Amino acid sequence: MPAGSPAPGRMPGDRIDALFAAAEARHAKKRRVVAALLRWLVYVGALLTALVLLFLVGYILANGVPYLTPSLFEWEYNSDNVSLMPALVNTLVMAALTLLMAVPIGVGSAIYLVEYAPRGNRFVQLVRITAETLQGIPSIIYGLFGMLFFVTALRWNLSLMAGACTLAIMVLPVIMRTTEEALLAVPDSYREGGFGLGAGRLRTVFRCVMPSAIPGILGGVILALGRCVGEVAALIFTAGSIAQVPDFVGGLASGGLAGLGAEFFDSTRTLAVHMYVLSSEALHVNETYATAVVLLVVVVLLNLMATFAAKKMNKGSKHD
Amino acid sequence: MSRIHVKEGLARALFVAAAGISILAVALICVFLFANGIPAMAQIGLPDFLFGTTWRPANDIYGIFPMIIGSIYVTAGALVVGVPTGLLCAIFLSRFASGRVARALKPGVELLAGIPSVVYGFFGLVIIVPFIRDNMAGRGASLLAAAVLLGIMILPTIITVAQSALDAVPRKYYEGALALGADHERSVFRVIVPAAASGITAGIVLGVGRAIGETMAVIMVAGNQPVIPGSIFEGVRTMTANIVLEMGYAADLHRGALIATGVVLFVFILLITTLFNAVKKRGEVK
Amino acid sequence: MTNATLERPTKKRFAAPFGSRAAKAGDPFADAPAKGAAADGAVADGSVAAETVGGVAQAVSYAPRVQERAARRVEDGAQLAAPAGKAADAPAKMGVRGLNLYYKDFHALKNIDLEFPVNQVTALIGPSGCGKSTLLKSLNRMNDLVEGCRIEGEITLDGQDAYRSIDVNSLRRRVGMVFQQPNPFPMSVYDNVAFGPRTHGIKKRDQLDEIVEQSLRDAAIWDELKDRLKKNALGLSGGQQQRLCIARALAVRPEVLLMDESTSALDPISTAKIEELVGQLKQKYTVIMVTHNMLQALRVSDKTAFFLLGEMVEAGDTDDIFTNPHDSRTADYVAGRFG
Repeated sequence: MPAGSPAPGRMPGDRIDALFAAAEARHAKKRRVVAALLRWLVYVGALLTALVLLFLVGYILANGVPYLTPSLFEWEYNSDNVSLMPALVNTLVMAALTLLMAVPIGVGSAIYLVEYAPRGNRFVQLVRITAETLQGIPSIIYGLFGMLFFVTALRWNLSLMAGACTLAIMVLPVIMRTTEEALLAVPDSYREGGFGLGAGRLRTVFRCVMPSAIPGILGGVILALGRCVGEVAALIFTAGSIAQVPDFVGGLASGGLAGLGAEFFDSTRTLAVHMYVLSSEALHVNETYATAVVLLVVVVLLNLMATFAAKKMNKGSKHD
Repeated sequence: MSRIHVKEGLARALFVAAAGISILAVALICVFLFANGIPAMAQIGLPDFLFGTTWRPANDIYGIFPMIIGSIYVTAGALVVGVPTGLLCAIFLSRFASGRVARALKPGVELLAGIPSVVYGFFGLVIIVPFIRDNMAGRGASLLAAAVLLGIMILPTIITVAQSALDAVPRKYYEGALALGADHERSVFRVIVPAAASGITAGIVLGVGRAIGETMAVIMVAGNQPVIPGSIFEGVRTMTANIVLEMGYAADLHRGALIATGVVLFVFILLITTLFNAVKKRGEVK
Repeated sequence: MTNATLERPTKKRFAAPFGSRAAKAGDPFADAPAKGAAADGAVADGSVAAETVGGVAQAVSYAPRVQERAARRVEDGAQLAAPAGKAADAPAKMGVRGLNLYYKDFHALKNIDLEFPVNQVTALIGPSGCGKSTLLKSLNRMNDLVEGCRIEGEITLDGQDAYRSIDVNSLRRRVGMVFQQPNPFPMSVYDNVAFGPRTHGIKKRDQLDEIVEQSLRDAAIWDELKDRLKKNALGLSGGQQQRLCIARALAVRPEVLLMDESTSALDPISTAKIEELVGQLKQKYTVIMVTHNMLQALRVSDKTAFFLLGEMVEAGDTDDIFTNPHDSRTADYVAGRFG
């Protein structure tokens, strides 16, 4: 710039320019080193994570797959075959029962919080605080509570129902939170679109908002499912560890759907509890590996299902 | 018209009721835990219970101080292992990985998140514990084993939460930093990461919650001696482990003391949640 | 005059550097002094504008503005010793030669030749999707971020190849950018401005203090923000945020300042402030701005280049482009017939 022209400000820019020239020359190499260092750190972090996963999964597969024998999948458990079949069936029943309770409640709460609740409402604040609290409570506390409330106070004894109710409370905040996030992520224009067409709030929520929130909600449901499948601490004092499937077939045969009921109050052992019992007995190490493999497979299947469903729903909502 | 009104009103009522379940659940949990735990605490004497260093149910001596310290040690250790790794991995996934690498690693992280804690515990039992026993010191089942294992277990929590926080940082911040002549690494670490700080903190707090509350995996690798460990190679018992290990056969005051341990753990968790909310609120005000 | 205007559209494209335009035969500019006396040059501009009004019907509405500009330039000329006089032939700070840019298969910029004279404001105008923002982003290599973006041709800064001879971070320091949306970092005002200097190795507190103050002063926002340096920048109004972003860009001592529709998200008062600021900034910097607001181009810029469908249709003195365009498409655009 021309020497004579008045520069605004109290200091000639030239001095700052000189500062920059000096700093840039001095700093250029250090900058590159710092950048390279950070880049490598990031790579190492990712690599460590990947290696841990590969090693863990690989080790368990390598040691477990050879012991996936037919006897491990026999319908009846005994201490010879160490069958995991009853536990597997129980896990499915338990998870289904849990989600049957937790999903409607969780999604309903989230819809209330996001779509209905007035801002700054006391009740809403309380719901949020309690949901956050629930989210943080460790599963062993749920286990203790389930034992004190469902098992003892309600006299449900160690049972499928007590376990499922405990799990339902445990996964409720997971579903609430993910649903809330999914709903919040839906642009307001979708809602305006619904209201603009004269639809009521309920219709707007279900027709305009929910479709694009479904993948997120499903993600939450899968997370919840995963917790059900893997949970031990909340179940050993609520559902117990009897290694047999409640006699649903018998119940159905005797009185149709009405005949079902008592079976839900039988003690059951889920797959994760089964594995814990096996590994603490330390008598059946090979079968423990094999059980771990089955648990891993279930988890992988769950994850795949989640991805697939989310993709499908995503496409569906785009067609709307 | 009125039918729609009824439908709307009914739906609203149902949603409100659903939302109320959380409140009910927390209230019930508090009532039942405290009603069963506090009498035992009173009987033992609160100072003796919290700060007593001896846990000997056979002699009716119930001091859970070693377990409180154990939980804190194990959680801190897990953070030391898990936070740097998880954060770096999240940064990698969010800002460094090519599409293909991210598509390969992301399901891996989800798998890590889905693996049940018994499987982790078993892995720790057959890999980490023998490794420490054979290559380092002690009997293997130790504070170190528990810390490493929990560090791995909180990885997916931290990665997932931190990554979504990082992904949510608007692109314009990154572009702004680049346009000033910052390189990719500096833009990420000095602009994007700070911008995602509250989300990252949330991930870490979730990780703390998971670590302090983890039960089965810890039982399987920590050794479970109810004494304050003198080194990271010695065994340790956490509050969670204390409950599960003895609840099966406990009765009377012993049972009450175990439930009271749960109460203490619960209060710990409440403190963490409150602290977290306070920090988050302050971050928002700023 | 009318005949001449009618003939001009047959010229395919006018892509010569700005400076050479004045030499064209039959061009009214030929009479203007090639160098020196600022006031004279400005008066000549004004008279040109006045003459052309009758000939180009669409340009009528711009005529008062052009005259206004001329008057302002005379004023500026009286106040400042030199700058305004450079209008005719300032040397090029940046140059673009034979530039072709592709997004995957899409040919976004077609054989662009253009020079950006030092210490002047050049406006890039054209309907949306015409490539003007794309061109701007190639000047500091922000297009590198776009996957599948491929560039042929040459972009120079002070005669050096911006893509091959200059380190990209250094290029971006020297060629600053202000974005369409204000994008202050979510940190304090001070840290926002100090980010750039820190990036380039200036760590001493007193030096940073100086740079921050100077940059905020240069961006004409020091008085508003000097007591709020520790406050989060996201708490500022949109206009303040944008001026903070200008200050942040100035803090790394750039030579060129790119502005990508930097007022389009702002209210009229903030826009006016920033336009005024740009007028001052060109004393120190070479400013290149993309705008969809033709009046803004007319108010602020010395040179204007008109883009259409990835081609540069015409470039020249702003007054000329608006009152006496060579190409019928330019005439149509400035008359508001499309885009």
